[in-house]
Amino acid sequence: MISILIISGILLFAIVFALLFRTQVLLNVLKGSYNKRVDVAGNKVHGILFVIFMIVFFVGMFGYHEIAKKDYLPDAASIHGAEADSLFWISMIVILIAFVITNILLFVFPYLYAYKEDRRGYFYPDNHTIERIWTIVPAIVLVILLFSGLKLWTNITQTEAPANSTVIEIMGKQFAWQVRYPGKDNRLGEYNFRRIDPNNEFGIKVEDKSSEDDFIPRELHFQKGNPVLLKIRARDVIHSVFLPHFRVKMDAVPGMQTSFLFTPTISTNEMRTKTGDPKFNYELACTEVCGRGHFAMRFLVVVDEPAEYQKWVASQKSWKSQNEDYFAETLKKVTATPKATETKVHKDELSSL
Amino acid sequence: MSTVNLHIDSHDDVHAHDHEHEHHELPFIRKYIFSEDHKVIAKQFLISGMFWAIIGGGMSMLFRLQLGFPGQSLEWLKPLLGGWIENGKMNPEFYLALVTMHGTIMVFFVLTAGLSGTFSNFLIPLQIGARDMASGFLNMLSYWFFFLSSVIMFVSIFTETGPASGGWVIYPPLSALPQAMSGSGLGMTLWLCSMAIFIVSSLLGSINYITTVINLRTAGMSFLRMPLTIWAFFVTAIIGVLSFPVLFSAALLLIFDRSFGTSFYLSEIYIAGEALHNVGGSPLLFQHLFWFLGHPEVYIVLLPALGITSEIIATNSRKPIFGYKAMIGSIFGIAFLSFIVWAHHMFVTGMNPFLGSIFMLLTLIIAVPSAVKAFNYIATLWRGNIVFTPAMLFSIGLVSYFISGGLTGLILGNAALDIQLHDTYFVVAHFHLVMGSASFFGMVAGVYHWFPKMFGRMMDNRLGYIHFWVTFVGAYLVFFPMHYIGIAGFPRRYYSWTGFQAFDTFTDLNAFISVAAFVTFSAQFIFVFNFLYSIFKGKKAPMNPWHSNTLEWTTPVNPGHGNWPGEIPIVYRWPYDYSKPGAADDFIPQNIPLSSTPESNLPYEAEMVKEEQEEMKASNAH
Ligand code: HEM
Ligand SMILES: [Cu+2]
Ligand SMILES: [Cu+2]
Repeated sequence: MISILIISGILLFAIVFALLFRTQVLLNVLKGSYNKRVDVAGNKVHGILFVIFMIVFFVGMFGYHEIAKKDYLPDAASIHGAEADSLFWISMIVILIAFVITNILLFVFPYLYAYKEDRRGYFYPDNHTIERIWTIVPAIVLVILLFSGLKLWTNITQTEAPANSTVIEIMGKQFAWQVRYPGKDNRLGEYNFRRIDPNNEFGIKVEDKSSEDDFIPRELHFQKGNPVLLKIRARDVIHSVFLPHFRVKMDAVPGMQTSFLFTPTISTNEMRTKTGDPKFNYELACTEVCGRGHFAMRFLVVVDEPAEYQKWVASQKSWKSQNEDYFAETLKKVTATPKATETKVHKDELSSL
Repeated sequence: MSTVNLHIDSHDDVHAHDHEHEHHELPFIRKYIFSEDHKVIAKQFLISGMFWAIIGGGMSMLFRLQLGFPGQSLEWLKPLLGGWIENGKMNPEFYLALVTMHGTIMVFFVLTAGLSGTFSNFLIPLQIGARDMASGFLNMLSYWFFFLSSVIMFVSIFTETGPASGGWVIYPPLSALPQAMSGSGLGMTLWLCSMAIFIVSSLLGSINYITTVINLRTAGMSFLRMPLTIWAFFVTAIIGVLSFPVLFSAALLLIFDRSFGTSFYLSEIYIAGEALHNVGGSPLLFQHLFWFLGHPEVYIVLLPALGITSEIIATNSRKPIFGYKAMIGSIFGIAFLSFIVWAHHMFVTGMNPFLGSIFMLLTLIIAVPSAVKAFNYIATLWRGNIVFTPAMLFSIGLVSYFISGGLTGLILGNAALDIQLHDTYFVVAHFHLVMGSASFFGMVAGVYHWFPKMFGRMMDNRLGYIHFWVTFVGAYLVFFPMHYIGIAGFPRRYYSWTGFQAFDTFTDLNAFISVAAFVTFSAQFIFVFNFLYSIFKGKKAPMNPWHSNTLEWTTPVNPGHGNWPGEIPIVYRWPYDYSKPGAADDFIPQNIPLSSTPESNLPYEAEMVKEEQEEMKASNAH
């Protein structure tokens, strides 16, 4: 493929130079044309080149799309993702129509109206009817695109999370993601950034009872068909959660919680069959530049069938159970100086409002 | 109105004559270095801009090497880059530094200072019929502030810890914390200083442009007789005056956060093993402030290019620009709307989604005036008598990029679709076409078109044609494929994609893009050569090489200080009387009275003849 592209590129340049050279020769033959205002034959060449360019451009862009589409991301693996994809391709068709029409005009006119000595331009300073039409028609098309987009955007961003949704916390740090599940009580324990230390990457407050069953796995698991509410934050600089196959993206911002609600629809296994790639995996990437390791913040994502998902959840050990000593020690420290900690924590919470 | 003009004008005349007397004794340093002549200042901006374009473009060659050929050893770059090449590999932080510097340089130093600085300075006095800018001194300061800012930015590239590296948008906390990346240390400090000075320069320039356009138009040059170039520069300057101060305050608060322990943008941060004291700040605040400049900046870059093209397309189609008033209207529409769409850069930053809806609405509205502009260009070509000068070719190229890049804006402006595409190569493709390539083409077109006025000589056409075709095709080959990569989700500002299964494709295409970029970049040296060679050895230019209507072509081939040796010409018509039916030639310059062209006057113009004669009498009496 690449060679075809390169060859066509070289060909195009060859044509350009050949034509330009031809004019040079013509010029020399018709020495007289030197005194003329415009070298008519040489001038015409550019009109021809624009048309050739246009044809090659159209063939190239549509042709390459056919070749490239196998490398596009596979079908969206979430409900809103599928809708967004169809809106994307519809919008794409609309803009392509505009693109083709305007380009044909833009490149054919230079060919048709290249300079001729015996002709004058057509003195045509304006025409209000035409101008009105080409203001109003794009405006109408835009309004249609706008409203379909608005509807989808509102759906995606302004829906309440249903009661059965799984809440998962994702935290970005330089240069890795960490995720936390709420455990059986379905409530994430509170956190405070001052509690962060190498044992406690999230700054979990040990005295909060709901933190006791929270677990911190090495992979992100979603249950197919079940809504997922991502609670997203960062602890150092801005990162951005990007789940390309689910059409999910949301910044992780220090000092502020963001969220994204979506429903995965295709399990990892199904996707493996679909793509014919037995090694296929969903991935989480970072899309806000965050420093040296920005390009390497990969995290593995798995979508399970409900039964598998339950099994996976059951197999997870809580963070507390893996760090009994640390947990107990910190709890002691916190409760030993109840007053001081209390007011301090309180203050933090106020200021983070 | 006109009497006021006349008055100011003749006053100015006297003044300018005085000036000319002093002028003869000006030493070299006042004439070419600390010059107050707008034409010299314009050339200073142009040459600085070209210098920066080579640096900024060269940086993109370096990171295209990395992206196109990820496995290759870059050991051979060690003599140039020194410690930034580690074991044959580019340091990932240095990669980010290159991207950041490339963006900053291209947007601010090349396409703001290099473009507006050159052409607003050069053309405003010449095209409105003024001896010089309203304040030559401020104008000179504007260049020298820019120069100082350039020096600081240039020095920052060579600092031990590297230049700023957090992206040209310098989002905190990344840019605020030296612990976060080495470029956020001294490099960032220098970036902020340089930009603060840059803003001062830009403001001085803009204020001057605005004042000059309002006050110093020659007799008869009413607002509705101004060429579209002037309209574009004028509105651009207004946008600059209103938006750059906001960037200044954003930068100032960032300086406070960095150096004085304040918490405007910082809150609840744990980094490098320690929790910082900052609470209560908001990183989003910075983004709002930044994009309040950032989006208008896109138009600060683009509008002058569109103005230049309007002029060139009309002249070389030998036709009036189609819809002159609609063009002015859309310039104002775009300018106004550009202030209320900034948050379309922030759909997925955690900003309130309802705000997202509003900004989506406003963003899509801005497409309408932009579409009108594109249609008007095409309508101007229709049934023209087109002369393909290099400037004309680059202008048509601009329109093509403007359309290709503008259309994808409709997709990115749709918040629901931007979720997936934000910060991917789709965005890189979009803005390189609509803002990067389009504005760059406008700038180059301007140089080809006004070179004869700047240097009194012609650039070589054939080199210009080769330059155009290689660059036009080349830039498409570089930026168009980025759409495909973007649809496949490739994130931008990535040092390498091979770590991800999802992005481990398109290696061929990335290599192809890099090759195309090398070729395109090399072709720019044809232009540089043509430019430098023609300054000294080009064919001598005639007075009005493009048979153009605007006033600058009524000055001598090499205009001196004060522009017109005698009286400033008076303007009697709009600048687009090309191919007027009945006229002897296919153009009628603005300084030709209607009364001397009875054969071509339109009915309403015939009525104006009387009025005009009275005006002439009045100005003669003066
Ligand atoms: C010489 C031809 C050019 C090439 C090959 C090129 C290539 C690129 C590439 C590949 C990136 C993305 C890098 C990344 O995200 O990792 C980039 C970023 C950028 N380019 Fe260019 N570019 C060129 C010219 C221009 C021009 C004329 C402009 C003027 C507007 C421009 C403005 C930018 C900006 C603003 C960024 C974003 C920087 C950032 O992410 O902070 N570029 N360029
Ligand atoms: Cu990142
Ligand atoms: Cu914008």
